[in-house]
Amino acid sequence: MKELQWEKAAGNGLLNRRHLLQLGLTGLGAAGASAAFGQDAGAILQIPEWSRMPGANASAYGERSRYAGDLQRMAGTPDPIYPGGGSSRTPLQFLQGTITPNALHFERHHAGIPDIDPAGHTLVINGLVRQPLAFSYENLLKYPMVSRINFLECSGNSGALLRGGNADGTAQSLHGLLSCAEWTGVPLSTLLDEASVSPEARWVAAVGADAASMGRSVPIEKALDDVLVALYQNGEPIRPGQGYPVRLFCPGWEGNISVKWLTQLKLMREPAQFRDETSKYTDTMPDRSSLQFTFPMGVKSLITSPSGRMNLPRPGIYQVTGVAWSGHGAIRRVEVSADGGATWAEAEMQAEPGDKALARFTIPWEWSGGPAVLQSRAADSAGNVQPVRDEVLAARGTISFYHNNCIQSWGVDDGGAISNVYV
Amino acid sequence: MSMSRRTAAWGRILALLLCAGWLAPAGSQEARIQLGTPIDEDQLSGFDLIAAPDGSGMPPGAGTARQGRSVYELNCLRCHAVNGEGVSGNTVIAGGDMRSEELPLRTVGSYWPHASTLFDFIRRAMPADAPKTLSDDEVYQVTAYVLFLNGIVGEDESINSETLTAIAMPNGDGFVDHSHLH
Ligand code: HEC
Repeated sequence: MKELQWEKAAGNGLLNRRHLLQLGLTGLGAAGASAAFGQDAGAILQIPEWSRMPGANASAYGERSRYAGDLQRMAGTPDPIYPGGGSSRTPLQFLQGTITPNALHFERHHAGIPDIDPAGHTLVINGLVRQPLAFSYENLLKYPMVSRINFLECSGNSGALLRGGNADGTAQSLHGLLSCAEWTGVPLSTLLDEASVSPEARWVAAVGADAASMGRSVPIEKALDDVLVALYQNGEPIRPGQGYPVRLFCPGWEGNISVKWLTQLKLMREPAQFRDETSKYTDTMPDRSSLQFTFPMGVKSLITSPSGRMNLPRPGIYQVTGVAWSGHGAIRRVEVSADGGATWAEAEMQAEPGDKALARFTIPWEWSGGPAVLQSRAADSAGNVQPVRDEVLAARGTISFYHNNCIQSWGVDDGGAISNVYV
Repeated sequence: MSMSRRTAAWGRILALLLCAGWLAPAGSQEARIQLGTPIDEDQLSGFDLIAAPDGSGMPPGAGTARQGRSVYELNCLRCHAVNGEGVSGNTVIAGGDMRSEELPLRTVGSYWPHASTLFDFIRRAMPADAPKTLSDDEVYQVTAYVLFLNGIVGEDESINSETLTAIAMPNGDGFVDHSHLH
């Protein structure tokens, strides 16, 4: 094999993204991937066993290969004081592309997952409308629908990293309140038109049918723009943990406002001032004033591999990959640094980034075997650039932890062990 | 296709459109599906639980903190402890000071901008292990008690939709609308 001349793109081993097209890159993917080739370049290849006998029959419901690794969400332990409350996190470091499988989409519940029979579920539109209306699930399914691929991120995602401390974790444990799916449903504007909204209505109070009757107020501008009354997720009926039979979906906005198990939409002059838009999901600044209704999730990115608690087995060339997203639009550019932000190289996007959707980036990196700090920095179509942690801390302090979009730093030590570091 | 069969086919299609609710509203060019069932607000009196700062959605009823103490002891104490001190980070519902030097403890008393939120939240979500089991009067009573624990109302002040929405909360002007839309 001829010696390749790797063209350097930035300090500490980042290579030109063109080299992605060439051979020899190692990715750190899901556990269990065995190296049939590559390990032993001199091996004589044989026809394998599974090519010599018929395989299993077609199945009614598909499962992952038993060799593909045990991909699981990470769920907190149940707390009798907070029945059904808590979250489960997406294993970002083991996924590729941008779509989160439904069984791995993150969850956050305030009073558990209700077991809703759609035959007994009603969606009501009332308040400042000419005609209050009630919709059955059966009837909602008859409306013309639209589909959108959008990320969903809890505004508490990555929050622990603002306060610092020993945040030794994985991409999943630190940032796993983030997922992306194709959402299909009826535009909220269609249903609001049918009820005929009064001109003085400025907010839509949305309420779920869970035990907490969780509520959030959505400004009318957003409600009439791109909000969906969503019925399907990645082609199948929304799963109970995501709001079956019907949820609100507000593209690009903090996850909590996409109210699950949607049962009421009330048109109001002012916000309802629900507990989850006053006591929670608000950010207290250093001057002790508190920001309310911070809706779009800021431009953000994260290297998912290599990432926290992985190990680089040996010096050599690795494929650095991760995801980027913005509640303000589409991702325009992601840069990667291997020297803690001193120098940057532009990463390759794996596909054309979508509006308010996850985008996948990748760049080759030659690890010398010495210390490194891997970072990614995203910029979006609205001109926003992802801030470093110190900028976020200077602007917002540490009283609040929601809406943290700062750059994640993964430290690589000279043994190849990777962990969260603060730079 | 004969004329009569064609007419029958159109009749069937029209019937299908009608029962599916595909109707062209007067003056509109395109057919629109309209499948919502009209209802009256009074059909929603037990369904619409939104109790807003302007008093809308607040049911009749009233209560005092003195009455609320026993409601609290029976329904809330097991998770929120004596005096609302809480048994975990998210169950502290009294005390705190937004001006403290250290990380301020943010509770109903120190943080919440509207008193209506307390009634609204307790009625819809508390007690966490048996939500929606209190009567409206009991919700007013225990709302009064939580406000009393925070030094916001007196023990015998009657809390109803009017007196509750008239309360100026200590951090009432502490919030900034960050939506950039209004
Ligand atoms: C089984 C335990 C439990 C019981 C019983 C209970 N609560 Fe709660 N309460 C909680 C938990 C847990 C939370 C936090 C919920 C969350 O963060 O989503 C909470 C939150 C609250 C809050 C909001 C706190 C904040 O700052 O946002 C109030 C107010 C409240 N409860 C009042 C009550 C009252 C009044 C009662 C009795 C009628 C009651 N609770 C009974 C567990 C309980």
